[in-house]
Amino acid sequence: MSYTALALTAVALALVLDLFIVKTRLVTRKAFWTSYTILLPFQLLTNWWLTSRDIVMYSSRTILGARLAGAPLEDLLFGFALILSTLVLWIYWGRRGFSPEK
Amino acid sequence: MLVFTILGSFWLEIFLKINVLRQVKRLILTIAPTALFFIAWDAYAISRKQWRFDPAQILGLYGPFHIPIEEYLFFIIVPIAAIMTIEAVRKRRPHWTIGDEKNLGGDQR
Repeated sequence: MSYTALALTAVALALVLDLFIVKTRLVTRKAFWTSYTILLPFQLLTNWWLTSRDIVMYSSRTILGARLAGAPLEDLLFGFALILSTLVLWIYWGRRGFSPEK
Repeated sequence: MLVFTILGSFWLEIFLKINVLRQVKRLILTIAPTALFFIAWDAYAISRKQWRFDPAQILGLYGPFHIPIEEYLFFIIVPIAAIMTIEAVRKRRPHWTIGDEKNLGGDQR
């Protein structure tokens, strides 16, 4: 599978996890989008760092070709899926009583 | 880059007292499944040469599946940064619920 196809699959899986399986419905919450908005510039900055110095190189056969801050557009989907699935699980375990008693 | 991510997010732990790093068990349970999935993806991409790393600009230490050690650390540190971010947002905007609150009365999003 290409990076494009894998990235789209990962986003779809993360959304299904959030909306239908764990039902955290993070994508409907302000706290999630605020966090994502804070995290995104940092992702773009590190993407730019890693690609402009050729620390990471992508094969042109596996991506659409559009780039943002040096990295393939697909990287945005990758980052979104990573952040969303992490936070869904974090909240899942919080619900199961792992959150600290305040 | 990893040091940058740590510097960029871990101060939230100290200054906003979000107690993320104290919840070791919850962190492991959250990060392990996600990391497993994303490392499998990384392994696939590396084996198919979808992306590669400049050997001169990484430590040169490799874990299983010929994945550089930096990648393993990435899939631990970045999720922690994401968790710290949403916990910091929660701290500053307590009325924006994220779904694991004890009293769900008035579920404002």
